[in-house]
Amino acid sequence: MSSSPNRSLHRFANPGQFLRLSGAVLPYLAIGAALLTALGLGWGLFVSPADYQQGDAVRIMYVHVPAAWLATGGYTGLAVCSAMSLIWRHPLADLAAAEIGPVGAGFTALCLATGSLWGKPMWGAWWVWDARLTSVLVLFFLYIGHVALVRAFDDPTRGYRAGAILALVGVVNLPIVKFSVDWWNTLHQPASIKLTGAPTMAPEMLWPLAIAALGYTLCFATIVTMRTRAAVMERRIRGLLMARAASDPGA
Amino acid sequence: MTHLAFVAVAYALGVGVPLAFALTAWQRAAAARRKLAAIDPRGQRP
Repeated sequence: MSSSPNRSLHRFANPGQFLRLSGAVLPYLAIGAALLTALGLGWGLFVSPADYQQGDAVRIMYVHVPAAWLATGGYTGLAVCSAMSLIWRHPLADLAAAEIGPVGAGFTALCLATGSLWGKPMWGAWWVWDARLTSVLVLFFLYIGHVALVRAFDDPTRGYRAGAILALVGVVNLPIVKFSVDWWNTLHQPASIKLTGAPTMAPEMLWPLAIAALGYTLCFATIVTMRTRAAVMERRIRGLLMARAASDPGA
Repeated sequence: MTHLAFVAVAYALGVGVPLAFALTAWQRAAAARRKLAAIDPRGQRP
C-alpha cells in the first residue's frame, strides 16, 4: 500500500499534470529570474564597493559564486531525479535528469571560466591544479559523461538507467568539492559564507551576492523547466507518430 | 576600474550563458508545441 505523500508524488510526476502546472508557474519564474539576476549583477558591477586588496576584480565574484553554487546544486538535483528514476521509475524524473545535465554542465563551465578570469589577475595563473579547481573540473566531466551516456543508447530507457547510476556514483564528488578548501591546502580561498556561523563578508557585498545567487537559481529552474516541458512534448510527438505508423503500416 | 577586461568578459559570460540556454530552451519548446498541434490538433494543449 502506498502512502499518501508517495501518491501525491506520483500524481505530480504525471507528464500532463506537469505541463499544466509548469505552464502556469513558468512566466512568474522567468520574470523573477530576469529581475533578480539583473538587480544582483547590476548591484555587484556598479554599486558594491571594490575590495581593498583585489580592486574591481572582486566583482567577478557576483557571477562566479552563484555559478559555483548552481554547479553543485544542479548536480544535487540531477542525483535526486536519478534516485527517483531508479526507485520509482518516474518517467518525468528521467526527462528532468536528462535536461538538468547540459544546463548543469553549462553553469559548471561558467564557474570554471569566471574562476579562471578571476585567478589570472589575482594569482597570476589561469589555472592551478588545486583541490577545489580540480574537483570542480571532475564535476564538469561528470556532467558531460551523464549527457553523453543518456544519449548513447538506441533504447532511451537504458540510457536513462545508465545515466542515473553514473549520476548517483558521482555524488561522492560533491563533499569533495565543498570541503576541498578545508581538507587540503588550496590556493582557492575558504568559504566566506557558512551555514554554521556569520559570513565573513561585508553586507554591501553580501546582499548583491545573495540576490544574484537567487536570480541565477531561478534562471536555472526556468531553463530546466522549459527544457523538460519541451522533452515531454517531444516524447508525446514520438508516441503519436509511432502509434500512427503502427496503425497504418503501409504508409 | 581595475582589471576591466577580466570583469567585462566574466559579466558577458555570466549574462550570455544563461541567456543562450534560455533562448534555445524556449525555441525548442515552441517548436515542439507547434509540431504537437500539427500532429494532434484535437489534443489538449498546455
